[in-house]
Amino acid sequence: MIEITDLHKSYPVGNRKLHVLKGINFSAQEGELISIMGSSGSGKSTFLNILGILDEGDEGKYLLDNTPIKNLSEKVAANYRNQFLGFIFQSFNLINYKTALDNVALPLYYQGVNRKERLEKSLFYLEKVGLADWADHLPSELSGGQKQRVAIARALASDPKVLLADEPTGALDTKTSYEVMDLIQQINDEGKTILIVTHEPDIAKMTKRIVHLKDGLIIKDERIEPVKAMANV
Amino acid sequence: MNRLFNKDLWDEIIESISSNGFRTIITAFGVFWGIFILVLLLCASNGFQNGIKGQFEGTSSNSIFIWTQGISKAYNGKPKNRWYNFKLKDVQAIEQNVPGLKTISPRNRLGGWGSSTIISHEENNASLTVEADFPELITQWAMDIQKGRYLNQSDIDLKRKICIIGYGAVDDLFKKNEEVIGSYIKIQGVSFKVVGVYKDATMIGKRNFDLQKKIFVPFTTFSQVFNYGDRVGYFFITGEDGIPIKESKDKILEVLKKQHDIHPDDDRAIGTNGFYKAFEKFEMLFLALKSVSYFVGILILGSGVIGISNIMLIVIKERTKEIGVRRALGAKPSAIRKQILLESLFLTLTSGMAGIAFAAFIAFLANIMIDKIPKQDALLSNVSVDLPTVGIALLILVISGLFAGLIPAQTALKIKPIEALRTD
Ligand SMILES: Nc1ncnc2c1ncn2[C@@H]1O[C@H](COP(=O)(O)OP(=O)(O)O)[C@@H](O)[C@H]1O
Ligand SMILES: [Mg+2]
Repeated sequence: MIEITDLHKSYPVGNRKLHVLKGINFSAQEGELISIMGSSGSGKSTFLNILGILDEGDEGKYLLDNTPIKNLSEKVAANYRNQFLGFIFQSFNLINYKTALDNVALPLYYQGVNRKERLEKSLFYLEKVGLADWADHLPSELSGGQKQRVAIARALASDPKVLLADEPTGALDTKTSYEVMDLIQQINDEGKTILIVTHEPDIAKMTKRIVHLKDGLIIKDERIEPVKAMANV
Repeated sequence: MNRLFNKDLWDEIIESISSNGFRTIITAFGVFWGIFILVLLLCASNGFQNGIKGQFEGTSSNSIFIWTQGISKAYNGKPKNRWYNFKLKDVQAIEQNVPGLKTISPRNRLGGWGSSTIISHEENNASLTVEADFPELITQWAMDIQKGRYLNQSDIDLKRKICIIGYGAVDDLFKKNEEVIGSYIKIQGVSFKVVGVYKDATMIGKRNFDLQKKIFVPFTTFSQVFNYGDRVGYFFITGEDGIPIKESKDKILEVLKKQHDIHPDDDRAIGTNGFYKAFEKFEMLFLALKSVSYFVGILILGSGVIGISNIMLIVIKERTKEIGVRRALGAKPSAIRKQILLESLFLTLTSGMAGIAFAAFIAFLANIMIDKIPKQDALLSNVSVDLPTVGIALLILVISGLFAGLIPAQTALKIKPIEALRTD
């Protein structure tokens, strides 16, 4: 599903270069639930953004579903993001003047799905995250956990191949975090490939595989038996 | 095109505009005001034009005066520096050779150009101008017949000794409350019966009191009584509608030159004065007014457009994150550009149309007030915009709307999703 070889990325800082990713080799199969761990500033988000085609590496190869990701035009990149990827952010990033339902429907809108089908699908995914009754509410009327669940429904709406989540529980309290992780585990159980960036070990333990990042390199890549989030709620 | 009228797209646009409600209204006011001023100025200049044209009503502006002057070139064995007269048969010659003429009026003035004659009625005397004319003149020159009648064909045929006098001459010749119609006045000792009183209703007549003091007599009577034979003092010729007399002028002169053995290049032998010239000046004035209206209106509109552009820029800065999210969810750059251009277009068009509507309403009110003023005194009339003007205003709006959206759209396109989404 994902195939990364010798990925490098640096940022210009002043007139120096900050080498953030220093040769990453990584692959992920369909159906995996992977957490990317590391301390703050270790390059987790940079890595995830490259996976999400929001950014591009300086060197190295990236195959997404056997498609080489290299020098894409903005238009093609938008297409791939829309078809292959679903994003979940730490700060939810819902559009504040749109209802929960319309937020979920947005990726479908950019796919050109007609309104009726769009709303049907969106409602289906809202139901899936347990928020069908909140469809007409604005984000400001939802709790943090509810917002993140709407965001998850939105990420699922376009039925992407991979879900990418950058600190999805970073803004939530522990109990709510576990509820969100439970939802993520359920979605993974249905076969969706999911990558989560986190710096919280307890969250990482709820995934099937932990990739440790330090100083721009993968220092450890372990498969574990995931802790059931439900058990901790 | 089909996608432009996509309901979803417009839902998006209206949603995002109304999420910035108050500020949007404030900005849109700039465009509203600009187009309001533009349309109102155009209304006013239209009204002024209609008003001036109304003042000329009944006078055929498509007319020309033609008179004889001294011949300056020897031709056909005839010497220069001789004098000559137009003849009645010239009318036929012109008619046969020059198409596109509506009316050819041969005219005479007693004593010639600039002369006046002592006219008497009982013990009153006045020095007045006597004109010899045909009945058609009244179709070319606006005269209100206040009492009695104007010349008619039987006056011409029977060479009746009758006259129509200006209301300005009545005071000079008649006592107060004296019956004018049916009385007799004496022109060089010959008695003429007064059958009508006119008022010169042309713009010129209003400002020139001498024009209200003329004595009109039948052309044929005049020729016989004052021994003019078949001489014609000058012509007053009106072209058909849509055929400018200016273009027929040279052909008329050519005919007249041939009729009177004048050298074709003798430009001094015949004098002309186009009545249309006064109109050309007014046309220039109207054009200038319109240009000024457009200039001022577009300047104000321009500042409104810059306002919209600015506010869109600010809104986009504030919406950087939203745009980044949309991009991450798969919005193509073209979708973002389209949305911002259409938002700006929508803002400009709605506020602009409100401005047009409001201006039209004010013009409507102005018309009601103007209609209460007597027509002859009103310098403005029918203050309104025509459909083409509204069309032009809308076109200006569409262009300026797109223009206002251009820079913000470009700015939005430069937003990289990754930068927009950065949390720290
Ligand atoms: N656009 C950028 N320009 C310059 N430096 C950046 C940029 N993005 C990230 N960095 C730096 O790169 C390093 C890694 O950042 P990031 O991938 O966000 O780390 P993490 O998500 O693990 O905290 C940090 O030191 C950060 O300051
Ligand atoms: Mg990070």
